[in-house]
Amino acid sequence: MLPNIDYRDLPHAAQRLMARSQTDEAVLLPRRSFLKLAGAGGLALGAFPHLAMAQAAGGQGTNALKPTEQPSAFVQIAANGEVTVTINRLEFGQGVQTALPMILAEELDADWSLVRSRHGSNDDAYIDPRFGIHLTGGSNSIKNSFTQYRELGARARAMLLGAAAARWKVDVATLRTQSGAVLRPDGRKLSYGELAEAAMALPVPEKVTLKDPKDFRIIGRPTPRLDARAKSSGQQNFGIDVRLPGQLTAVVARPPVFGARLASVDDSAARAVKGVKAVLRVPLDGGAEGVAVVADGYWQATQGREALKLQWNTSAVEKVDSEKQLAQYRELAARPGPRKFDADMAPLDTAPRRLEAEFVFPYLAHAAMEPLNCTVRIAEDRAELWTGSQCPGLDGAAAARVLGLKPEQVAVHVQMAGGGFGRRFASSSDFVVEACEIAKATRAAGLNAPVRTLWSREDDMRGGYYRPMHLHRARIGFDERGKVLAWDHVIVGQSITTGTVFGGFQVKDGIDATATEGMRDPYPLPMRLTVHHPKLNVPVLWWRSVGSTHTAFVMETLIDEIARSTNQDPVAYRMDLFGDQHPRHRAALQMAVDKSGYGKTRLPSGRAFGVAVHESFQTVVAYVVEASVQDGRAVLHRVTAGVHCNLAVNPRTVEAQLQGAAVMGLSMCLPGAAITLKDGVVEQGNFGDFTVARMSDIPAFDVHIVPSADPPTGMGEPGLPPLAPAFANAIAQLTGKPLRQLPFKLA
Amino acid sequence: MKLVVNNREIAIDADPAMPLLWALRDVIGLTGTKFGCGAAQCGACTVHLDGQAIRSCITPISDAEGKKLTTIEAATDGTDRVGAAVHAAWVKHDVAQCGYCQSGQIMSAIAFLQSQPPGRPPTTAEIDAAMAGNICRCGTYARIRAAVADAARTLA
Repeated sequence: MLPNIDYRDLPHAAQRLMARSQTDEAVLLPRRSFLKLAGAGGLALGAFPHLAMAQAAGGQGTNALKPTEQPSAFVQIAANGEVTVTINRLEFGQGVQTALPMILAEELDADWSLVRSRHGSNDDAYIDPRFGIHLTGGSNSIKNSFTQYRELGARARAMLLGAAAARWKVDVATLRTQSGAVLRPDGRKLSYGELAEAAMALPVPEKVTLKDPKDFRIIGRPTPRLDARAKSSGQQNFGIDVRLPGQLTAVVARPPVFGARLASVDDSAARAVKGVKAVLRVPLDGGAEGVAVVADGYWQATQGREALKLQWNTSAVEKVDSEKQLAQYRELAARPGPRKFDADMAPLDTAPRRLEAEFVFPYLAHAAMEPLNCTVRIAEDRAELWTGSQCPGLDGAAAARVLGLKPEQVAVHVQMAGGGFGRRFASSSDFVVEACEIAKATRAAGLNAPVRTLWSREDDMRGGYYRPMHLHRARIGFDERGKVLAWDHVIVGQSITTGTVFGGFQVKDGIDATATEGMRDPYPLPMRLTVHHPKLNVPVLWWRSVGSTHTAFVMETLIDEIARSTNQDPVAYRMDLFGDQHPRHRAALQMAVDKSGYGKTRLPSGRAFGVAVHESFQTVVAYVVEASVQDGRAVLHRVTAGVHCNLAVNPRTVEAQLQGAAVMGLSMCLPGAAITLKDGVVEQGNFGDFTVARMSDIPAFDVHIVPSADPPTGMGEPGLPPLAPAFANAIAQLTGKPLRQLPFKLA
Repeated sequence: MKLVVNNREIAIDADPAMPLLWALRDVIGLTGTKFGCGAAQCGACTVHLDGQAIRSCITPISDAEGKKLTTIEAATDGTDRVGAAVHAAWVKHDVAQCGYCQSGQIMSAIAFLQSQPPGRPPTTAEIDAAMAGNICRCGTYARIRAAVADAARTLA
């Protein structure tokens, strides 16, 4: 959910400070979690040496250790041999809860049938080793933690080997490991469970040798998810399911317009509702104000909310209107602005062929199935949060600010999340801050109880943090053979990161990289790209595959149109442009073409192939789709995918992510897939008026992974961008008219 | 008021207008049934009332008095033949991603397969129509389709 950017450029220290928001000495003290781990029932491998090292480092605490050097925080081996791997990410569907343990278990030589998994927290150990902050985003979980989890597994294995060598009083070099046990040449063996306690007492080795990838027996094997059973029987708990003793539930009456405040509150009827415990005026995100109704349960709280009589003062706040907004964007597109790329535009006037196009993309809601929620328990000198957070470090720091605590006094227990798609990572920590404000106000009202703040579907859908609305304009000059001579392009859309903690490195010369990623490359095009970022009060955010949600559509439909208008095969045209420079693009596209029957199979009358290729998060996905028009509606029948994600750690998850992202891409095309505003009010509120794909919209899928042994690249998002343009290209073949709007408008 | 939930009689003290979803989740403590939309538009809250799939988010508890309510927890505990087959197919096909909607998906699939005449496997179009009321934002539909078809085969 982060744009494509090389985070190695970022100074880690600055990010760490940003994550904590302040430079408090206290945050550098040894963390408590490792002690807790040791007392958690199982044996935290290496917990004592870890603590010893932390103390020896003289107050530098665990910060002296890299996340790859703390096996104690990541792997616990119980006496019965069960291996519990802690993931440093949020599991919200993408499968890291299985893939990260697979990576660690590979180097540990664990018995996979004994491997379990659990979530981490906002503890320092769980920062992303590349970003330097806690983060699940940018399709980076496997990519950035691949080597980390291998090293952690290898270190733990070395400690187990050391413990076995000491037990047997033999040279460690004579021992080997296999499936959860250390083996002697004479056939005797000790299980990891038997060795764990002794291994704990050994120092964590600094250097370890990793396996040759050809010896992998877990990585690369299609592996069922560790959470499959729990998620197929109602046994899996999510953030919304957290139930603490005495817990209350809060819902919030929110302003009809972003940023509005209350003019008057009559809460007498609300207070009279059975089960309502408190009605509280609370500050909301973006300077707004709302009324929280705190009750025994969600139903009672919503009954209380309905009984409120509120008047809002909306006169002072901006009231965005989608129709007027589009007119403003069109006007803006005609003005000069900062340029991302530049090239000579003189050939536009002399080119033999010209193409002009305008594209419009609406606001989109993430609409994860689990409505936003966060449970907060406050004590005198500490607080605990339970929530599905993509950034527990940022969220914990934000909670600390609201509650008047130090960041290390706030524990964020990361919960399994029912989807997210970027919504659970906002630099404002909006829903976490809100839940903390409500918990604080509840406590101030004399109620000493944990509070779960729960959003209704309407709250969630009208709550902003949308994929921004965008307008694209292109003027392209090319020759009869399709060679592009000049491409003048303009993008208008709100900046996601300007004004946030990420603006400093995302926005350069007034251009937000999240708006332009996916433009031009990999095609060698003489492009001038002008970008305008209007400021509006509608909160915007990354949304699965971020800028590529619109740039891929624009690029891949225009490239296709140039090919078709010059009577060239869209696949051959792209291959020609890729040349020798982009072998992964070529391989992915060739895979999809070969497996789809494109160019060989004659489709039934009324059906057409459509093609698109796009790289995002360092993974290339090519789609060849079959589509038709039925009763004035575009219908997608079949999707053949070629994906180049380097080494596929769990091919079964890669396939699932590909399919899921494609379905989300398909959702963008369907009538009703738009968030619109009228006089400042969001017009959609539930799944009846904001369309997402359903079973009846779903094509047949055929996913093929290009074999590779190179270190893995991202997989959570790259399946999304090329779906809509491949679908549009197929429809354009049938109707002869290009589609330049999402959702599709065929009339 | 008395409810029969998963073959257990439970006395609850709640507003008869309270939707079953919140009685199950907040009062009884059965959280396997999920809140998705509150308006019968997504299917996440699907449970069985006298064997029929219903949306518990809009069904008041008064409607359930004297009827048999079954939730995901009991439907997949192995005692019901169809429920066991659907659960097994879901696991075999690794359907779940985030998993949040899957309780509702499974309850819809079980009710659908229970309603099918024996000996004739459902067509893809029939499966799609039966499951169209359940949204999965992760997009696990292709595997749901395969799992329902597979469960139908094992039950045939």
